[in-house]
Amino acid sequence: MGGIFDHEKIKAIEKQVQDWTKRFAEGPGRKSEVTNPSGRKIKPLYTPADVPSLDYDKDLGFPGEYPFTRGPHTTMYRDKLWTMRQFSGFGSARDSNKRYHFLLDRGQTGISVAFDLPTIMGYDSDHPRAQGEVGMCGVAISSLEDMQTLFDGIPLAKVSTSMTINAPASILLAFYICVGEKQGVASHLLRGTIQNDILKEYIAQKSWIFPPEPSMRIITDIMAFAADHVPKWNTISISGYHIREAGSTAAQELAFTLADGFAYVEAGIKAGLDVDKFAPRLSYFFNSHLDFFEEIAKYRAARRIWARTMKTKYGAKRKESLLLRFHTQTAGCTLTAQQPENNIVRTAYEAMAAALGGTQSLHTNSMDETLALPTEKSVQIALRTQQILASETGVANTIDPLAGSYYVEALTDALEQEAEAYFKKIESLGGVVKALEMGFFQKEISDAAYRYQKEIENKTKIVVGVNEYVIENEAVAIDLLKIDPEVEEGQRKALARLRQERDNLAVKAALDELRRAAKGRDNLMPRIISCSRVYATLGEMIQVLREEFGEYKEPIIY
Amino acid sequence: MTRKIRVLVAKPGLDGHDRGAKVVASALRDAGMEVIYTGLHQTPEMIVEAAIQEDVDVVGLSLLSGAHMTLFPKVVSLLRERGAGDKIIVAGGIIPEDESAELKRAGITEVFGPGTTTSRIVEFIRQEVASRTA
Repeated sequence: MGGIFDHEKIKAIEKQVQDWTKRFAEGPGRKSEVTNPSGRKIKPLYTPADVPSLDYDKDLGFPGEYPFTRGPHTTMYRDKLWTMRQFSGFGSARDSNKRYHFLLDRGQTGISVAFDLPTIMGYDSDHPRAQGEVGMCGVAISSLEDMQTLFDGIPLAKVSTSMTINAPASILLAFYICVGEKQGVASHLLRGTIQNDILKEYIAQKSWIFPPEPSMRIITDIMAFAADHVPKWNTISISGYHIREAGSTAAQELAFTLADGFAYVEAGIKAGLDVDKFAPRLSYFFNSHLDFFEEIAKYRAARRIWARTMKTKYGAKRKESLLLRFHTQTAGCTLTAQQPENNIVRTAYEAMAAALGGTQSLHTNSMDETLALPTEKSVQIALRTQQILASETGVANTIDPLAGSYYVEALTDALEQEAEAYFKKIESLGGVVKALEMGFFQKEISDAAYRYQKEIENKTKIVVGVNEYVIENEAVAIDLLKIDPEVEEGQRKALARLRQERDNLAVKAALDELRRAAKGRDNLMPRIISCSRVYATLGEMIQVLREEFGEYKEPIIY
Repeated sequence: MTRKIRVLVAKPGLDGHDRGAKVVASALRDAGMEVIYTGLHQTPEMIVEAAIQEDVDVVGLSLLSGAHMTLFPKVVSLLRERGAGDKIIVAGGIIPEDESAELKRAGITEVFGPGTTTSRIVEFIRQEVASRTA
């Protein structure tokens, strides 16, 4: 035990750094303060004096061992590469099913479903509020029938499926379990993830339905049900991605996301669940932004904070409760509509940071996503970017190769400390739910977003093709995907037929039973599955819950 | 003294992406305009009602979900129905060029794509308001 560096040696290096800094200041080059996109001041040189008390066992350890800074698994990519999982969905279930087959045929190893906004907000495709939105930014799923089409010819026993769904997550999981039943796959064999992270919806992504309290009850119901019946399912993907996309810094993404994670742990414990029973199925989802080293440090800091806090604060004992696993998506907000082909390069750098940070799965954005949903061609380039990274660059050969870099270790420490400061602040406000109800996170994020926009406009930050290296009167020369407006009409007709053909007495009975459970304390999941089996729609189930739980009203702060 | 330019920044539809709307709202406010932000998940009817109640000069619509071809023209036609068709209507979001041209034909004054600076939006609104009051 003890520090890697000798105290006397550090003293000597500090002195040498002072001398070097003088020589540096006298030399040519950028002398003004340099900051990264997070607003962090970056020094021109890092030395052991920036990590004077670095302790190998305490701060780093080995991959697969506490505090998991170097990775959650012993073997990492030497055993299994990260899962290449392109977030995808558009139009009808039939359209998206075709895209999934395309991606699986080209070597993708997992499915990631993007739903349209009506589905995300709990409306069926034929609801008036769904008008113009059906199938636009994801696939429209209103009933088990749509879900059966979506997974037609895809063996649920073999693939793992991630579903970006939050307020109605319980219903989509129920649909998936029912598709499994129809394929003859028992629920305990199903593998995948529901995002189911409602806290970050209030904070950043803003696709909420119910107020926080009943939302947390739905989540603990899912955790309890899945632990017994869908044990290989990740019940929450605690997401920093959207927090970052909304404009936060790296430290805010890290801190707010982990604070959300701890809030779920506390909710589970409060609901009477054993932390070691549900914590192993919690996973994370981070952004990979452009500042390469800070992103890598962020992933390392996240693993260390989670392990330390789960062990010391929440008394988790199982190794699986302590190790943080995460999915990564490259940063959509770094893509530009100008010279869109340049986005391929941005995405490749961001993907490399995720791999060097030890991600378990990865989505790489397509070049055309600031203009439309991606075409087959652009999504193939995005997938090939990951395959080149994995097969040709050598990043998968060595685990946590940047450990011991003075810069990366100093950044890892700094991010951990900044996150801890935010945890204290959030606690002083009364916890995550109280803090979001008073708009604390929202204000922090919108301030950071506005600061960054001003830096782009005054050219403190350069965005290639946008405020520098601009091509005047550029004509966009790439093909764009168009969503067929017939999708909405098709969905309306299919739903009208479904509502006529199904056993409506059975639907009513199942919905009544759901309402009874919502009024009381019985676990909602078995009732939602019963509703799904008889083809009650997503909108019908959500409507029952809306009536029982009410709707959330956001504080408007910017 | 001339009255401050009044702008309604609105989020139609089910889309929750409010980064752009809030950045633009802050920039317009810092440029000396009176800004009213509707918050999220507004129907065209709610937006038009707010625009009339608040007596704004400009309605700014932000939408990243792809529903702009349905919802933006609906705001225009409802404003016209209510006798408020003279308001400047600007829009931003994930909008391809051909659709942006179509929206302008439908009565949207200007469409700002990704990468637009807030200073360009401020300048556009000032010029447009000046030309209409001249």
